[in-house]
Amino acid sequence: MRARTLFAIALVAAVVPLQAQRAGGPPAGPPRTVAPIDLTGYWVSIVSMDWRWRMVTPAKGDYAGVPMNAASKTVADAWDPAKDEAAGEQCKSYGAPAIMSVPGRLHITWQDDSTLKIETDAGQQTRLLQFGPVPPVKPPRSWQGMSAAQWQMSAPGLPLMLRPQERAADVPPPAAVRGGTLKVTTTNLRDGYLRKNGVPYSAEAVLTEYYDLTKQGNDTLLTVTTIVDDPTYLRTRRLIAYPFKKEANGDKWDPTPCSARW
Amino acid sequence: MRRLFSLALLCSLAGAAPAVAQTDLSGWWARQSQNDNGYASEPVDLIGIPVNADGRAKALSYNIASLSATERQCQMYPPWYILYGPFPLQIIAEQDPVTQKLMAYRITGWGDRGEQMVWMDGRPRPSPNAPHTHGGFSTGTWEGTSLKVVTTHFKMGDMKRHRAFSSDRATMTYTLTRHDDIITVTGILDDPVYLAEPFVLTEIFQRSNDTNGFPLTPCEPIEELPMLHENPALVPHYLPGKNPFINEMTQKRGIPLEAVLGGPETIYPEYRKKLKDTYKAPAKCVDSCGGPPAPRGGGPGQGGQGAAPPAGRGGPPPAGRGAPPPQ
Repeated sequence: MRARTLFAIALVAAVVPLQAQRAGGPPAGPPRTVAPIDLTGYWVSIVSMDWRWRMVTPAKGDYAGVPMNAASKTVADAWDPAKDEAAGEQCKSYGAPAIMSVPGRLHITWQDDSTLKIETDAGQQTRLLQFGPVPPVKPPRSWQGMSAAQWQMSAPGLPLMLRPQERAADVPPPAAVRGGTLKVTTTNLRDGYLRKNGVPYSAEAVLTEYYDLTKQGNDTLLTVTTIVDDPTYLRTRRLIAYPFKKEANGDKWDPTPCSARW
Repeated sequence: MRRLFSLALLCSLAGAAPAVAQTDLSGWWARQSQNDNGYASEPVDLIGIPVNADGRAKALSYNIASLSATERQCQMYPPWYILYGPFPLQIIAEQDPVTQKLMAYRITGWGDRGEQMVWMDGRPRPSPNAPHTHGGFSTGTWEGTSLKVVTTHFKMGDMKRHRAFSSDRATMTYTLTRHDDIITVTGILDDPVYLAEPFVLTEIFQRSNDTNGFPLTPCEPIEELPMLHENPALVPHYLPGKNPFINEMTQKRGIPLEAVLGGPETIYPEYRKKLKDTYKAPAKCVDSCGGPPAPRGGGPGQGGQGAAPPAGRGGPPPAGRGAPPPQ
């Protein structure tokens, strides 16, 4: 009996602190309260990469950088923006898998304690990132789909061999969690375009995103790492990270409707 | 009793493994290159780079033949090359041999790029007057889930392949953030000499088991062009207003010259409004267009395989680009 009790104590004592070290373990409390990073505010795209595919509508047939398959090329080669306009589908290149590549601004706010809202001025899209359980009934498919969010905390208790010199074995890890990542998984999408010139993703695509902050002098940068998994049209995962810079206010917020051509 | 404690310890170690895996950057990482960071098809292409007037003038004076001068042959490989080069990453945790504490992360070299030591032991930065090297001096700190690296003391080098240059007064800051099986690198290059504002690039690396892709051959200058050997004072260049390739990007891709020449105003969304009336998209992409691989045994390939555009990725320059300057 005593042995069993000691075993239980030893097991709990051993496992609990280590569980606390895991990155990805969110602390108890409403997601808004326990947020390890503050993503709210206005953010502007820094278009320093992929400029020729983002700032202008690239030429038909310009697919460089996208791990597309033959089926994807067939669809993209048939791209006709007039058809999209006629079908009322001008927002095909503003869906969640592509929206972070669209030059513009994000306005991120808390809609409630467990829902982060991302609005875009380019294309006037709204994304709702829902923490906690996924609704049992799926709504109709949409450009922005359904997004499940979770905080991933930093792991303050690194093993001794990975600790910097200034943190000795007898120095406890920081009491408060510093920093972290927002992970978002989006499904239930309508089929759309990864690139304005018709490079497609299918309705079965799954978008995984990670939101990270970097402080640089007086600036705060947001990097959104996007992973699009779409066996219908992609040979491998589409992996791109987009940088944004925080702005003091919404003075430059410029709502612009979707365009199939520009 | 002892067995029970051993079992508990085993359980705890099994539970600990993912925690280490979430934060440990060590290992081999394959570059994904699904962006245009390594793109270098047109000789004059400052698109997306917030150069200032001096940075633009420097870039327009560049003649690729100058790389054949022995003192310039390694300028393509500054630490910033991690963001736009073609190589994978190997990251090794270097521990103090006595205490086993982490002293540094070593990012091994590849090709002509030297290795980079990211010191984690809090050592001071060298004097501003200390010698500069191709790899520079780097320190690292953990900020939340990211390793933040600050690099100084590196030599003048490419900001993008053959496209623009950073000075020896530049500072490079980059974060490495692990997300499951990938690492996102966000780089910020700040240069008071050639940039109007910091230049930001990102790249993604995916966990790899392929340990064969790490050849290290330190950059060793050799004599390449006899004319430079015979006349060491000659530096191939273009005089102001004389770069013959300045309109190539506009002719091939319809992008207005003003945008081709970069600058801070060109990298923000407002600039699209200016472009709307001046950009003329070519009817069809004809060069470096990517697409799926050609079927086996089929006709000619489609070019890029989903990775970065093939042109300029280590291949020879197009005819005429390496020609000596007019005498």
